[in-house]
Amino acid sequence: MVIHKNGDSNGSSVSEPAWVRCLLITTALGFLALFLLLPLAAVFVQALDKGWQAYLAALHEPDTLSAIWLTLLTAVCCVPANLFFGVVAAWAIAKFSFPGKSLLITLIDLPFSVSPVVSGLIYVLIFGLQGWLGPWLQAHDIKIIFAVPGIVLATVFVTFPFVARELIPLMESQGRDEEEAALTLGASGLQTFFRVTFPNIKWGILYGVILCNARAMGEFGAVSVVSGHVRGSTNTVPLQVEILYNEYSYAAAFAVASLLALLALVTLAIKTVAEWKIRQVLSVTEAAPETRPEPCYER
Amino acid sequence: MGSFGQKNTVLPGFGPTLGYTICYLSLIVLIPLSALFFKTATLSWDQFLVAVSAPRVLASYRVTFGSALFAAAVNGVLGVLVAWVLVRYRFPGRKLIDALVDLPFALPTAVAGITLASIYSPNGWLGRYLEPRGVKVAFTPLGIMVAMIFIGLPFVVRTVQPVLEELDHEIEEAASCLGANRWQTFCRVIFPTMLPAVLTGFALAFARAVGEYGSIIFIAGNMPMVSEITPLLIITKLEQYDYAGATAIATVMLIASFVLLLSINLLQKWSRRCAE
Repeated sequence: MVIHKNGDSNGSSVSEPAWVRCLLITTALGFLALFLLLPLAAVFVQALDKGWQAYLAALHEPDTLSAIWLTLLTAVCCVPANLFFGVVAAWAIAKFSFPGKSLLITLIDLPFSVSPVVSGLIYVLIFGLQGWLGPWLQAHDIKIIFAVPGIVLATVFVTFPFVARELIPLMESQGRDEEEAALTLGASGLQTFFRVTFPNIKWGILYGVILCNARAMGEFGAVSVVSGHVRGSTNTVPLQVEILYNEYSYAAAFAVASLLALLALVTLAIKTVAEWKIRQVLSVTEAAPETRPEPCYER
Repeated sequence: MGSFGQKNTVLPGFGPTLGYTICYLSLIVLIPLSALFFKTATLSWDQFLVAVSAPRVLASYRVTFGSALFAAAVNGVLGVLVAWVLVRYRFPGRKLIDALVDLPFALPTAVAGITLASIYSPNGWLGRYLEPRGVKVAFTPLGIMVAMIFIGLPFVVRTVQPVLEELDHEIEEAASCLGANRWQTFCRVIFPTMLPAVLTGFALAFARAVGEYGSIIFIAGNMPMVSEITPLLIITKLEQYDYAGATAIATVMLIASFVLLLSINLLQKWSRRCAE
């Protein structure tokens, strides 16, 4: 990055006059303050509106606790499934060349461009009472829609691309020389992956996992279609926030929401560190200090 | 299957990994999505047309796509400004602000929804100043746009930022040497370079806003014909057990997102060509 001298002398036409700079910075920061900082502050201020006692009491509600439990369970099911898929898919796509590769990448990205509501609906169409498997499931007394499996499935769908999307460009940019060297020297396939590939992509994995986890815990639209909103049993934390808000218990709603906002802040912090590390790894492996990863973030 | 992938490499595992990828992709994404089309195919053409072009449905398209277009345009302009400020200027807190730009990705939509609704409600932090001046945000189409601006904010910033960072300063210096003033340099040299990225970001923000549900429903007011978005209408139909209606509208939404995805891919190809 070039830090250039600002227009003090005759170089003024490669940078802006000081007043323009001030104006632009103020406008940009004003916009961000209005649209990012104000909502963020509002969550915490309104959560603590009635004091710490009420805040803690709201979090200890049995319904809220069971929502937290269900959200954790969902994340524990989704993240490993999509992590495994992401690593496997990235290995196939980044390390080999085959026809139809770009189509495959587009298809993996597909869940990001589908509306969350539609993502939930497709599972209702398959597993719901009127769906393909509905009568069979009912006959065998298996509940998927309006039960936990449906919530997990819908969440797996919406978080499907996160890890793969992050790892594919990263592993492509690293090429396969190091792995080929390891194999030639007699390492087995798995040894090669864990000793050579993994150290190169661990920050990319962390980046994908943390975003996947944030979305899995925070998904609202898709989950709200398949959950059935049964209090204490099929309510995730975001749905619990909705219920509390619609019942006008605002302080409690914001108290629960503040947990999710904290999760978002932690996610952003880890993500920033991971991005920085990925850039470091890339500049070491490519020995070309100016190369950057693809603007790698989710759609 | 392994043969054509392994032409030039000794790396193992092409067959199993590609096989697993395709199976998992089919099970989780492709088969469920095709269920939507199969279900729609059971409707007759007339039923489908009636379901997707009822006045209330048409109004919801207008609200959704109109607001999304407006929000993406606002994000297009302000996103370029934010990216410019973050890349070109140094000021205290810049790194922190840079990290916070992704907040709308990380913050669950329901949280964003209730927070925006409370800020802009008549006695909220901003609503109490806007309302007396006749600007109603919460529970009007304007509220939908505010939520869509929030949700789409990172897209333009994050697509334009890398382009600006890579932009060669010598080009600007050349323009200046040739007698261009700063504004001319920006309009004729810098802006054309980042245009593909701006358009990509615009399309991404638009696509996200069109499908968005969680952050909008709390602030929208959800009045049929006025401030009801299409995703909400799908849920309403589902709750009334009108599966055919919900499916038909969802198919329209899905086709819209396919078209958007295609145009985003083309735009990205274009911007990659421009970058080279």
